[in-house]
Amino acid sequence: MKVLVAVKRVIDFKTHIRIKADQTGVETANVKMSMNPFDEIAVEEAVRLKEQGIATEIIVVSIGSNACQETLRSALAMGADRAILIQTEEKIQPLAAAKIFKALAEKEMPRLIILGKQAIDDDNNQTGQMLAGLLQWPQGTFVSKVEVLQDKVKVTREIDGGLEMLSLTMPAVITTDLRLNEPRFISLPNIVQAKRKTIDIIPLTEFKVDTKPRLQILKVTPPEKRKSGVKVNSVAELVQKLKDEAQVLS
Amino acid sequence: MTILVIAEHDQNALKRATYHTVTAAASMSSDVDLLVFNPQVSTEAAKISGIKHVLVVDEKNYAHQLAENVAPLVSELAKQYTHVLAPATTFGKNILPRAAALTDMAMISDVIKIISPDTFLRPIYAGNALATVQSHEAIQFLTVRSTGFAAATQNQSATAEIKALDILIPNTLSQFEGEEIHISARPELTAARIIVAGGRGLKSLENFKLLEKLADTLGAALGASRAAVDAGFAPNDYQVGQTGKVVAPDLYIAIGISGAIQHLAGMKDSKVIVAINNDPDAPIFQVADYGLVADLFTSLQELQLELDKR
Ligand SMILES: Cc1cc2nc3c(=O)[nH]c(=O)nc-3n(C[C@H](O)[C@H](O)[C@H](O)COP(=O)(O)OP(=O)(O)OC[C@H]3O[C@@H](n4cnc5c(N)ncnc54)[C@H](O)[C@@H]3O)c2cc1C
Ligand SMILES: Nc1ncnc2c1ncn2[C@@H]1O[C@H](COP(=O)(O)O)[C@@H](O)[C@H]1O
Repeated sequence: MKVLVAVKRVIDFKTHIRIKADQTGVETANVKMSMNPFDEIAVEEAVRLKEQGIATEIIVVSIGSNACQETLRSALAMGADRAILIQTEEKIQPLAAAKIFKALAEKEMPRLIILGKQAIDDDNNQTGQMLAGLLQWPQGTFVSKVEVLQDKVKVTREIDGGLEMLSLTMPAVITTDLRLNEPRFISLPNIVQAKRKTIDIIPLTEFKVDTKPRLQILKVTPPEKRKSGVKVNSVAELVQKLKDEAQVLS
Repeated sequence: MTILVIAEHDQNALKRATYHTVTAAASMSSDVDLLVFNPQVSTEAAKISGIKHVLVVDEKNYAHQLAENVAPLVSELAKQYTHVLAPATTFGKNILPRAAALTDMAMISDVIKIISPDTFLRPIYAGNALATVQSHEAIQFLTVRSTGFAAATQNQSATAEIKALDILIPNTLSQFEGEEIHISARPELTAARIIVAGGRGLKSLENFKLLEKLADTLGAALGASRAAVDAGFAPNDYQVGQTGKVVAPDLYIAIGISGAIQHLAGMKDSKVIVAINNDPDAPIFQVADYGLVADLFTSLQELQLELDKR
């Protein structure tokens, strides 16, 4: 079966972000960019399904500028078979991304689409659910375990109170949580091999979908800074301060 | 303006997050309806201040509130409202984006402040930036963070009208197979006044258990860093952070946690933060009101003794 995986290029999770002085957003020029960590987990899961003989072809797809080719290359080096870049300079919001992925899914007909549970730039946590809704497919969100059976996929979801197990009739959409797997390290031979795999570049305009931004970001500002605290020298001093100064202990 | 709030509840009671979401809704309008999926909780729901109608659907059809039929239900109901709100929990985040897409509306996640009925404040980049977002959608779909809004109160004399809805949407796509819910006598993480949280510094499952006694002495909930959860010291629902739970208790005690930005994202709005770590340069000290540079194992023992003295 075919598996489609969405990968987004985001500021690397270890990088401290800088807010632009004019408050229009976050500085992305000359900043280390990487694959969204949840998408790395999504690619890894697809590759494992292929290694188990369940997936036959893995297609990775990114919506964004030409720079996303680098992200797609990493996914190919992890073991994806081919890549698609849906090329645009626009900032694509989740509903628009979901519509684009829907159009692509109708063309490629995967049995499974795996996305990250959230992109760590805008922290939206929406695209997978929106895509599943538009396709009228079942969804397994925040997934920490995947088991593909005949025409069903069983998933374990990380929910606020613990875990939930669902059985979804394929085709289905899955979004990954952190503990689904640990993405593999990409070796040099794999990087070399990935150079021979193809990246199809399709201009966004070829998809007849409405991608007009529905939401306006009026400004991006830094959060309030916490007052710096004090170091205490002993546990006794700590407890005394919590009682008398902070008054959070009685 | 008329607002629909999607309630989160179990078989018996509403979740605290529902009360916080009602406050967000009530700050915009006095016309707030609450959707519940079980008649069992409708009496409790009807007593919340600020609710006009409690809409109840047949629990058998929407058992476990699976997205595949709850989202079309919400999307159907949404057409009569200007805003649809749900708590920004795994429940709300699962349902609401799907419902919004079915209505062809964008949605705004993790709202922490309502600036006006079409403009909202939300954290991005793990809370390292705040975005002011304006939406011109006909229906605003929002998930709301509990930490941004006080809990609505129960008012014994308040009696919202309870309305049974017979909208039946079948679900042939997904099936509930089971759950492992961690039942604990301690307060719920997102509602606790005090949280004791442990990280990789605890080094083992046995050591992590050392935090239990402390938590019980303080009447606190237990939390954990991702590293502690990944290592198996604590269950997944203990995780605090960008991709776990967001908490803002009166007192947060971080023990053996370095303070990665992803962890800070989930706890830096706590009123008072205490950090115990043997590395004086650990980033957690930058947000801690009281920092103790010490071995956590000795400190834990001393802390217990000190608290037992009270
Ligand atoms: C996409 C993504 C999402 C993430 N989401 C989250 C999230 O939601 N929540 C989260 O917590 N993390 C999250 N992380 C992980 C995060 O980046 C850190 O790796 C994690 O928070 C580290 O956990 P820790 O502080 O327990 O471990 P470490 O960073 O290893 O810190 C352990 C600390 O214990 C101290 N220590 C060790 N021994 C002792 C001792 N004897 N006495 C006192 N102190 C001691 C050390 O000095 C150190 O500071 C995420 C990461 C990614 C990539
Ligand atoms: N522009 C994009 N390109 C590729 N994948 C995306 C894009 N936007 C969102 N996604 C996918 O959707 C997931 C959730 O994103 P979000 O809803 O924005 O938090 C991400 O982890 C990606 O898998």
